[in-house]
Parts: sequence; structure tokens; C-alpha cells
Amino acid sequence: MTIKQMTAAEVSKKLNNKTDLFILDVRNESDFNDWKIEGKNFKFLNIPYFDLLDGVEEILDQIPAKKEILVVCAKEGSSVMVAEMLSEAGLDVFYLKGGMKAWSEHLEPVKIGELTNGGEIYQFVRLGKGCLSYMVISNGEAAIIDSTRMIDAYLDFADGIGVKITHVLDTHLHADHISGGRRIAERTNAAYWLPPKDAAEVTFEYQPLESGKGITVGHTAIDIQSLYSPGHTIGSTSFVVDQKYLLSGDILFIDSIGRPDLAGLAEDWVGDLRETLYIRYRELSDDLIVLPSHFMIIDELNEDGSVAKKLGALFADNHGLNIVDETEFRELVTGNLPPQPNAYQEIRETNMGKIEPDDEKQREMEIGPNRCAVR
Amino acid sequence: MHSDKVLDAKGLACPMPIVKTRKAMNDLQTGQVLEIHVTDKGAKADLAAWSRSGGHELVEMAEENDILKFWIRKGC
Repeated sequence: MTIKQMTAAEVSKKLNNKTDLFILDVRNESDFNDWKIEGKNFKFLNIPYFDLLDGVEEILDQIPAKKEILVVCAKEGSSVMVAEMLSEAGLDVFYLKGGMKAWSEHLEPVKIGELTNGGEIYQFVRLGKGCLSYMVISNGEAAIIDSTRMIDAYLDFADGIGVKITHVLDTHLHADHISGGRRIAERTNAAYWLPPKDAAEVTFEYQPLESGKGITVGHTAIDIQSLYSPGHTIGSTSFVVDQKYLLSGDILFIDSIGRPDLAGLAEDWVGDLRETLYIRYRELSDDLIVLPSHFMIIDELNEDGSVAKKLGALFADNHGLNIVDETEFRELVTGNLPPQPNAYQEIRETNMGKIEPDDEKQREMEIGPNRCAVR
Repeated sequence: MHSDKVLDAKGLACPMPIVKTRKAMNDLQTGQVLEIHVTDKGAKADLAAWSRSGGHELVEMAEENDILKFWIRKGC
């Protein structure tokens, strides 16, 4: 029977459309348990490819004949091998082009909404890793916030709609993914903005994101002044765009809050995190739409594939915003933290410009889920 | 580290390192040690998991430059 390729973009569409898909993941068990493709109507079977070298007969009864079947592995090779065996056994199957490596790097642009005077804001959803980045567009200009290292996705998108990238911003020095901010700025001659408190050790030129400075993209002002919001890192800065959207970086997520330990200072920064979430953010309008830098679980996605929710709704529902007792809050964010992201120290050093790993190494450093949140 | 046979799987991409290792292992007796050289980083977790699932023992692993070396003792 037939073997066809399925791209990461096609899997994204199925995920967002809540299509049925049966995924046979042939990576080893620990990799599968650590990190996999997730979707509301996706079903899974994990059998390592090396257990199938003698044939697939023993697993045929575990594979539904009527559903679309996608074989997934780390890079592609093993999934092709297993797909061939399944095809010989009489099934129509797909394999994931480029494997989990491609899944980790795919960005899906989703329009979030309109801005005053004809602007727009887009969210780039990195489904495979839970990273979210943004493009704010107004009057032929664009700003990019918290970009991933797959910079062509943004450059091509901006080209496609005919806008010039004038500003690139990072809400903080990231520890879970490699920022493409500096390279986008180099390619487009845009200004690259970073919070100076996170940039103490960086080896390159940047524009300091400080109180009192506003950034204008076309007709849209991004107000930076009022939102110094430390806690995930000491410099973490949030942006309010067009008085409508709150870009919260890694401080506040839809169903969780930021962790303060990735730069090694959990005990010191937990107080800042609490102050940001329980005092600074409380002064903001409930109607702001929170746009975070990550999502943790697929349930955080809205119907249209976006990750966004009103601040007022988060104050009501987000567990991390509803811990009255300060000691209990401290215990949550310092006491029982999830494992740290893969290679997070090297990722920080890369984002500081201290080391410059090649593409293959960067890819490997980012493998796995993001782990910026506590819940 | 002593080995009874050396398998050069350098430059091969997944799934070939495991396919070759499995084949080479068939020629060994229980208790003998196969030494494997690979460059595919994915082999690190996969060879460990394969050894466990096949009842073999991953005795040692080393990394020299970009070459990963494994010593696996054949189980029954």
C-alpha cells in the first residue's frame, strides 16, 4: 500500500482542526515520554523502531485501519523504515518529514487581531516546543518580539506582506530557546532591544529597554515604561501594545506562571515574581489580552490555534495568580520545580553572544519541551 | 576496555547504527563484548534503550572528539 510524506505544517493543520490522527512514534520510550506531538484527537502508540526490526506483525492489531496513520521518529530515517514495513503489511501510511527535528522548528502564524489605524498583530506558534513569538505590524513597519532562531519564517512573512522590520525585541534573556532577535536585526538593520539588567554579560550592541522609552511601529506605540516585570529573570519586561495586548514574556502564561530559577537565583527572584504578578499586573486593565511567550500544554490553545486570554480571566482562573499565602507561593515557585530545560545554560550563553554553536548543535540544544513555567 | 569485536558505524544515520549493531551482536557468544563507534548523536539514547530491551548490558560509553563509543556485553 502507499507511503506518503506529511509535513510539520500539515500536522499543525490537523492539530488546529482537531482532526483524528493515529501516531506511531518509533523513538525510544524515554524520548517519547519526555516530549511528543500532542493534539486533541491524536492517538498514540510508542514502539521503538529497534523492537520492530524483525517485523511489524505483532503490532498490527494495535493500529486502527480506518484512521490516518503517521509514523514519527527523531529525524526521519527510522520512520521511513517502519512505514515501509507497515505498507508491505497492507496499510496506507504517512511518515513525518524531517521527524521531530522539523516538528520542533515549525512556526505557524496566527492572526490575533487588529490594531488602531489598520495595524495587525500576529502570533507565531511553535507547536513542537510551545514557544510563542509576535509580529506587530503598522503602516508598512513591523516589530518582532521574542523571535525563535528560525528567522526566515519572520523575514519571509514580512516580505510576503510587504512590510519593513524596524524593531526586534526580547522580553528577557531566554533560557529555553535560542533567540533569533540579534540575527534578524543584523539582516534588516532594525534596532535590537533587550532589558539591560538581563544584558549585563552580552557581547554585542543592543538598545536598552528601559523605563521612559516608548517604541513606535508605524502608528502603534509599544509602551514599555510602566511594565518592568521582574521575576522570571531580573530584567523581564512586559509590553502593552496598542493599549489592548499585554505581551507578558515568561512571567505569566495562560495556565501557569514563570519560574524564577533558570538564571540560578530562585530564592532571590521569587519576591520580584510575586510583586509583578500580585501588584504590578493587578494595576492593569482586566480587558488586556495576555499574549505570553510560551504555552505548556495543548489545552491552552484556543479554537483558532492562538494562545491568548483576557487578563481578567487569568486573575480568576490561573492558579498561580490565586495563592493568597506568600509562603505557599514561595514553596510553589522554588520548592518543587520541574526539570530544567535541555542545555539551558548553553542556551543563555548563546543568547548572550558568548558562544556560537553551529546550526546542528543549536538544534540539538533546543530539542525537547520548553520548561519555563510552574503550575 | 576489552572487546571481542569492533563495529564501525561512523557516518551512518538512524536507524542503521542499531540495525548493524544487532546484526554484529548475532555473531557473538553470550558474555562477549561488542565495541561500536558511531557519529549519530541519536544513537546515545537508542543504543542504551536497545541494550536494555534486548537483555544486553551497556558496559561503558565514551565520547572522543565527535565519535561516540559503546561497549555492550551480550546477554543470553
